[in-house]
Amino acid sequence: MILFALGTIGLLVRRDLIFILMSIEVMLNAAGLAFVAAGAHWGQPDGQVMLIFILATAAAEVSIGLALVLRLHRQYKSLDVDAASEMRG
Amino acid sequence: MLKLLWLMPAFPFLSSLVLIIFGPRLAKRTVALLGVGSIVLSAVVSAAVSAAFLSSPPPGNAFTQTLWTWMDVAGFHLHIGFYLDAISLVMTLVVTFVASLIHWYSAEFMSEDEGYSRFFAYMNLFVASMLTLLLADNLVLLYLGWEGVGLCSYLLIGFWYLDPANGAAGRKAFIVTRTGDTAMIVGLALLATQLGTLNIQELMLKASAQWSVGSPYALAAALLLLGGAVGKSAQLPLQTWLPDAMAGPTPTSALLHAATMVTAGVYLIARTHVLFALAPLAQHAVAIVGIATLILAGFSALTQWDLKRVLAYSTISQIGYMFLALGVGAWSAAIFHFMTHAFFKALLFLGAGVVIDAMNDEHNIFKMGGLRKELPVAFWTFLIGGCSLAGLPLVTAGFYSKGLIIWAARASGDGSPALWLLAILGVLLTAMYTFRMIFVVFFGRAQMPVGKRPGYRMTIPLVVLAALSVVGGFVNTPAALGDIHIFTDFLHRALPNWVERPAGAITEMGSEGLVTLAFLAGLGIAYLVYIRKSHYAEALAEFSIGKALHQFWFADWGMDWLYDRIFVRPVVWFAHFDRTDFIDSVYAGLARLSELAYFALRSTENGKVRWYAAGIAFGAVALVSMVLFL
Repeated sequence: MILFALGTIGLLVRRDLIFILMSIEVMLNAAGLAFVAAGAHWGQPDGQVMLIFILATAAAEVSIGLALVLRLHRQYKSLDVDAASEMRG
Repeated sequence: MLKLLWLMPAFPFLSSLVLIIFGPRLAKRTVALLGVGSIVLSAVVSAAVSAAFLSSPPPGNAFTQTLWTWMDVAGFHLHIGFYLDAISLVMTLVVTFVASLIHWYSAEFMSEDEGYSRFFAYMNLFVASMLTLLLADNLVLLYLGWEGVGLCSYLLIGFWYLDPANGAAGRKAFIVTRTGDTAMIVGLALLATQLGTLNIQELMLKASAQWSVGSPYALAAALLLLGGAVGKSAQLPLQTWLPDAMAGPTPTSALLHAATMVTAGVYLIARTHVLFALAPLAQHAVAIVGIATLILAGFSALTQWDLKRVLAYSTISQIGYMFLALGVGAWSAAIFHFMTHAFFKALLFLGAGVVIDAMNDEHNIFKMGGLRKELPVAFWTFLIGGCSLAGLPLVTAGFYSKGLIIWAARASGDGSPALWLLAILGVLLTAMYTFRMIFVVFFGRAQMPVGKRPGYRMTIPLVVLAALSVVGGFVNTPAALGDIHIFTDFLHRALPNWVERPAGAITEMGSEGLVTLAFLAGLGIAYLVYIRKSHYAEALAEFSIGKALHQFWFADWGMDWLYDRIFVRPVVWFAHFDRTDFIDSVYAGLARLSELAYFALRSTENGKVRWYAAGIAFGAVALVSMVLFL
């Protein structure tokens, strides 16, 4: 829970895209940890199964996230996500 | 054979549907085949039905065909049903026959036009509506046909819609006739509530059983129906739309605005003659409307320079004769004049179409001239039509039908010497304006080269109509001239004869003699002024009074000016004045509110990804806490 909150706060306050991705990783791992802890608490294997799923999702997410980082850097010569705020209503 | 009655309106209606849906994609030949063929088929059915009706008259001299029930509410039944008796038989026969000739003529006349299929779609729809109107067995179905022909009239007047003036003429016709129609629908409501039925025959029986002569209900109903008839038939005071209606193609003017549609009012009054007999006051009103219209329109026709407008005023004036006949109770004479008028006026309009086409769309008669040798077929047929219109004695149809009306105005119980004399004055006017037109257009010096000559498809209808304009009158001649009564005897199966009254010193022959004199006088005046170029007319026109009168008559007795001041301007002023009223502000407020909401919501869409993430996080927390704590 604390780990998840830390991740969320990191996501909201950081402007650097790499830090945002890292925060998302932290949040994912927080969720994974919660699953494993819950599985251990009730003696069920499902928690660990879910952790493996989350790891796979995280790997996929990182690949897309890094691609985004590259594109952002090429486009704006910076990693500040607020630079890419041209699609305003 | 009588069972085929329903096919009569069905053919044109189907063809009109096909033309409306597939028209633009069809070849011109196919369009012409459909458009003309359906009307010809309808005329064939009409002839077959008439033959069957005449050879073995159905019981009661009337045939009813009920197709299906239209509505059946609270004891009030309405059927889609057709009713054929002597009146509707004559009218449908004339309408289908004249319509076939005019369609045939249009197949060539309109061949250069882009809206070829549109034109035939409207014309076929018109014929279908007109036949529905004539054959309807109840007043609501009649009203459906009535509005149908009104719609087609509007569509056809504004046919060349690229010119805003044509659209304005169409709207004027629509609105002015609608004024009359409103009176008519109120009349129908009155009849339905008072007598509980709208089937015409039941209605007539119930009316004569329940209402006595001079009953206020009968008077109100008859006057309201008269309002509808006056609007449709362009009689005083609603005649202003017809001259402007000449903006439409010439075959339209011939079919709708001369031969058939504008006589729907005459048919309505003849159809509901029992009501008018119950309300003598309303019947006098019909006669007075008729006589006033025929004189005023005659004077107006004398001053017009547009060929088609002369004919339009002449149509108004001739329908005035029919109304006069209805007003004095000579019902069959009105139908007789309807028939001959349909022949010669359709002929005159078609002839005018040829002339205008040859003159490259020039309508001004004073720019024409000397066309006698250039367009011989048009000249001779136009001359025959004009003679029939003016009532050339002994040989033309117009003489017999008009003579019968004029004699009825004197000899009928409802007639009077004043009506009779005014009607004879009308003959003088008719002869004057007719021969003015003929002399100016066809005689004198040629002023313009002839552009287009009519082909055989245009001349054959002219010749057929010219023949009918002559022989159409021999079905009914006065006592001293053969004493034939085929036509009126046939119509008296459905309509009562007029009540004779002692006419004193004047006999029918005397009346016909006076008509002849009036005709000759009109012819003579027109000859003196337009062929011999006598200077009396110019001297008169130079006079300030003459000039003012000419202006006044040219502007249709100032009617348009008056209506513009009384009705159009106040309404326009009120619309301007009322542009920002209270109800508008409700809708304006709604629009303003959604605009505000739009601004508020737009600011959340700021393109900053962390704001969106915060929004999602906050929303998730809110949802979870709602689930947990509520």
